[in-house]
Formats: sequence, structure tokens, C-alpha cells
Amino acid sequence: MWQKRALALVILVVGTGIGWYVYSSQVDASRPFKLGLDLSGGTQLVYRAKLDAIKGSDVADSMASLRDTIERRVNLFGVSEPIVQTEHAGTLAGTSEERLLVELPGVTDTQKAIELIGQTPVLEFRMLKEGAETTATASSTVNELFEPAAITGKDLKSAELQFQGGAGQLNEPVVVLHFNAEGARIFAELTKNNVGRTFGMFLDGVAISTPVIREAIPDGTAVISGSFTPVEAKELARNLNYGALPVPIELVSTQTVSGTLGEKAVQDGILAALWGVGAVILFMLLWYRLPGLLAAVALTLYIVAMLALFQLIPVTLTAAGIAAFILSIGMAVDANVLIFERMKEELRGGKSAADAIHDGFARAWPSIRDSNISSMITAVILFWFGTSLIKGFALVFGLGVLVSMLTAISVSRTFLLALDMQAKGGFTRFLFGSGTSN
Amino acid sequence: MFIVKHRNVFFAISALATLAAVVSIAVFGLKLGLDFTGGTLIQATYAGGRPAPETLTQSLDAAGFKGYSLREANTEDYILRAGNLAPEVRENLPSILSPEGSNPVAIGQLTEVGPTIGLELRNKALIALGLVLLCILFFIAFAFRKVSQPVSSWQYGLIALLTLCFDVIVPVGFFAFLGYAVGVQVDALFVTAVLTILGYSVHDTIVVFDRTRENLRINHDRNRKEPFEEVAGRALSQTVVRSTNTSLTTALVLMVLFVLGPESTKYFALTLLVGIITGTYSSIFLATPLLVTVEQWRRQKGK
Repeated sequence: MWQKRALALVILVVGTGIGWYVYSSQVDASRPFKLGLDLSGGTQLVYRAKLDAIKGSDVADSMASLRDTIERRVNLFGVSEPIVQTEHAGTLAGTSEERLLVELPGVTDTQKAIELIGQTPVLEFRMLKEGAETTATASSTVNELFEPAAITGKDLKSAELQFQGGAGQLNEPVVVLHFNAEGARIFAELTKNNVGRTFGMFLDGVAISTPVIREAIPDGTAVISGSFTPVEAKELARNLNYGALPVPIELVSTQTVSGTLGEKAVQDGILAALWGVGAVILFMLLWYRLPGLLAAVALTLYIVAMLALFQLIPVTLTAAGIAAFILSIGMAVDANVLIFERMKEELRGGKSAADAIHDGFARAWPSIRDSNISSMITAVILFWFGTSLIKGFALVFGLGVLVSMLTAISVSRTFLLALDMQAKGGFTRFLFGSGTSN
Repeated sequence: MFIVKHRNVFFAISALATLAAVVSIAVFGLKLGLDFTGGTLIQATYAGGRPAPETLTQSLDAAGFKGYSLREANTEDYILRAGNLAPEVRENLPSILSPEGSNPVAIGQLTEVGPTIGLELRNKALIALGLVLLCILFFIAFAFRKVSQPVSSWQYGLIALLTLCFDVIVPVGFFAFLGYAVGVQVDALFVTAVLTILGYSVHDTIVVFDRTRENLRINHDRNRKEPFEEVAGRALSQTVVRSTNTSLTTALVLMVLFVLGPESTKYFALTLLVGIITGTYSSIFLATPLLVTVEQWRRQKGK
């Protein structure tokens, strides 16, 4: 008997420990729950990649470089923790598509987000500030070191690949920029006035080339000579001419949720969860008395375990996910109901409390297993079928089914056995009885 | 057992419910939502009072919106459904939705779904529905694989399937009515709710049937003669508390979720709630009575 009590104690201690961990990680915000965009507020954009012109074997590479490009632009936007990922969609439905998913937490101006991502590359020209060192060209310090030059990327007419070579050197690939008439005039002025200063050319905020102006350039051409390979130089010229994305993309869906709406959804979700748990526990206590109390303990442990799992996996919580969690709270006690009803039947058959507990568990098990199997089937199919919305539901629902099976069976069983009810007396019967007289 | 004895009453109730659902679906129809048709949904919140519908309609017409629907929601919101937006429209949304700047607007939610994604989701939903049905069919076949007397096992399975159809038709009919009454549309969450109901409800029916077969086996072992009607009735009264209680706890949380929960999952919770109540009703008041009736037919044919 003492082993069972020790085990019950261990479960309680571990449960409290996990609960404390979850609680403290929220209080000091060291490991906050991951919230989906519908709860945190933000914009999600889904693009379809137009891969018609790309060979099958190059698709993965193109998509990866597309992702990198977009990621760079998104980072430029100053969004915290953006998500940019490629997605392969729809195989059974007859269509096969490569998609690009962009999530921008906190961005609620949909049009601005679309423009940011869909734009052609931003070519910028900047002057190094007087007295600054040229060595650091990381994008984070660009604004500190460089000031905008009078000329901008809009003044660019075209770009082309050329090979330049000094005497006795190998030909070096360079990109030659041709400015339009307006640009040529500004550029001539600029170079004339700033001989000796460092001039920077930036693509999407990243420095490509930072030459020193040696003389005035009156003819409206500039040369970018980084340490390019011919392929890179060609790509850069193409990007500047036609837009920088390696694969053309088309916007297929957007979703924007404001932060206030998301915040309200979180609050409503928490409120519903608390009242839901309260209602279930109250019902279990009133109907099943002592076993009901143990079911309430098991339910609490279930909730703690789920919250810990949400953090550890981590699960991105959405409104649908919270709904699944609340639904699973109602279902988590189902196993307890099955067991307790069976126990009561055994008690009525004249068995002692301990025997009734034992047989009740044994006989209810096949039923619990089967009911969870049918729910698992749904969860798995939903997860496979899912858009991110449905996946959020299915993941939490499936997790809930598995974890609740564990807590409802093993935890409540351990606790019931640890109580060691041997007596056949009236009080024990009352404790184990239920609202019905029979 | 009361329910088995008065089964004709419950057959009538079930038939009425089915009829009501079918009529509701036929008359009101299911309105496919954004997820499946593609288009735009905008939730505009006017903290300082919303403009009159006519004012807003004028402004929308002027901005080139066509075939849109505008609906008041909560106390200070408008829900606008329209086709896909042009970039300049998207950019000017705040000013379009707040004509003359009189009613400051906050866009709570803006969802746009392209037509190809809608089509894909529709296909996926149908495939998922088919797959779940198929898996549950296998599940039922597996649960009733052992041959039993006097009703053969495929008939148990068939009745379980019938009650499952009932479990789906009633919430769908209810949803069609909701669509008519408050403009709720069928979205991916609705499909999810229906599939979840399928997975959850099938089991209650199986439990009652299992109990009937267990009782039959015990009777057989003890050489006891008992009319099938009573065996089934006894199984029902043995399982009725567990069936109602498991559903009750689930229904409790769903009710709370419907009343207090986030706006976006309100009708999801309601659909699940209706489905679970229907599922429990059918496993108690429909499945076993049907089983008894089928057994009676067999005996009468045998004579």
C-alpha cells in the first residue's frame, strides 16, 4: 500500500512542479506561449510561386532563394519574429503548388505589407558620414554610418554586366549602372562635390559595393565592382532591371487581425477555459463525490501537462487551438465517468470498494480505448487536411486525447488505490455513490 | 425500459428532427463562406458609433465595390464581405469605410482568400469528409466483427451508420437555419466541427450495442431466456448515465465556449454543441430502439 501512496505523492509533487514551472515562466515572461497571428495580431500573406519557367530539379533551390530574398526584405521592415516559409500544397486535389507563407506579427497595415514584399529591389545610394569608418557595412549600422545621397534607385535607367580588366589582370565582372537624364545630372553633381568620400550602393539595405569617389563622373554611369563571380554579377544586373525575386510570385490570400481583436480573443479564451474547468469540476464533485474530487485532481494535472507541452513542443496557439483545448477539458473527464459508472455497478453488485475500483478500471478500459481511437482518427485526418487554422485545432485536440487518456486512467487509478478503501460501510458507499439512488 | 417500449414516439421525434433539418437545408441552403469561395471579409469596428448603412453603402459603391454584403455585428461593428480587393482599394480602406471621416474606424480583421485556395480547400474538405467516414466505417466494422445472435453484426453496423447520418444531418440543418437567421457561413471550422462530431458520437452508439451483446452472451452462458426487447432495454439503462454524463461535461464546456469564448469560435462551439447533443440523443433514443425493431422484423419474417 505504501508504494501506491508514495506514487500518488510523487505524481502530485511532479504535477505541482510542472505547474510551478508553467506559472513562473508566464509571470517573468521567460517562456511565453506562442500565439498565432489571430491572437497576437498581425498579417499573414500567402503567395503562389509561378514556377512555369523553372525546371523541376531547380524548384527547391529557387524556392529557397525566394525565401531568403523575402526574409531579407521582411527583416528590413523591422518586424519582430517574422516567419517566412515555403510550403508545398495540394497533391491529392490534383494541383501541386509551391507557396510562400509570410507571417508578420504586429503588422496590421495589409497594403503596406504587400507592397513591401512585392516590390522590386530597393537600390539605394548613400554617402559615408564624414569621419566614419568604412569597415563596418552590416545592415544594422548602415543608418548610423551612412547618410542618404541625393541620387536614388528611381533614377536608374538600366543595369548591365560588363567585364573590366586592368593591365595584366584577369577580367573582373562588374555591373554598370546607367542613370536617366535627371539621374546623370544629379550624379555628376554629387561626384564632383564629394571626391575622396566613400559612396555606398545598397540593395534591399545590404551593402553591395562601397567605392571611394576618385573623380567627377559626368556621363551618368556608375560601376559596381564588388568581388562578384560572373553569375552573381549577371544576377544582380537582372535583378536591378527586372525585379529581384528569383521566382515571380502572386498573392493568393491575406489575413490581418488587429492586436486589440487578438487580445480580446485571448482574454475570452482564458475566461471560457476557467469557467469551463469550474463547471466540469463542480459537476464531477456533485455527481461522483470522492471519485469526482480525484477526477478534478486528474483534470488539473491534465491541464498542467498540456500547458507545459504547449511550451515545450512548442505549439502555436490559435483561437481554434484554444477551442480544442477547452473541448478536450470536457472530454478529459469522459474516461473518469466511464470508470466511475462501472465502479458503481460493481459496488452495487456487492463488491468491496477496493475490488470495485480494480474491476471498474479493468472493465472500462476497452471502452475508453475505443472512444479515444475514434477521436484520434478524426484528429489525424484533420491535421493532414488542415490549413494552418485546422492544423492548430487538430494538433491540440489530438494531444488532448492522448494526454487525457494518460491522466484520467493512470492518475485517478493511482489516487483511488492510494486511498485504500476497504470498508464496506455506509460512509464509504456514500463517498463512492452518486446522485442516483439505485 | 421506457425508451424501448415507447420507441415509436422517439422514432417520430427523430423523423421530425430529420425532416426539419432536410427542409432547412433545402429551403435556406448552406452558404459557403470565404474559405471555400474566395473573396474578402472585413470586420470594421467603430468605437465612436457606426455610420448608417446607407452612408456606408454609398461610399462602397463609389469605391467600386460590387456584389458585396454588409451586415451589422455586435454593437459597433460592420462585417463586410466582398470580392478580392484592388491594391488602391485596400490602401484606402479606412477612408472608404469612414465616409467624410465622420466615424473613426479600426479594421479589426481583414481576410482575403484567392479563388484557387478556395477551390483547393473545398476539395480538401470533401476528401477529409470522405476519409473520416471511411475510417469510421472500418472502425464500426471492426467493433462489430464478432458475429452475434439474434441480430447479425452487419445490422448493428448499419444501424450505427444510420444514427451517424442523423448526427450529421441535424447539425447541418441547424447550421443552414443559422445561416438564414444570422448570416453564418460554412467555413473550414464548420467542416472541422462536423468531423469532430462524427468521431465523438460514433462511440456512444457502439457502447450501447456492446452492452447489448454482453448481456446476450451472459444470458446464453447462464441459459437464461429473456426477450430481446428486454435485453436491449437493460443494456440501455445500464449505459444511459455514462452516455449522458460524458456528453454533459463536453456540452458544459462547449456552452461556456459559446457564451464566453472568442468571437471567431462561437459558431464552431455551437455546431459542436448541437452535434454532441444530437449524437447523445441518437445513441440513446434512436440506436437501440432501431435495433429492437430490426430484431422484431426478423422474427416476423422467420414465422
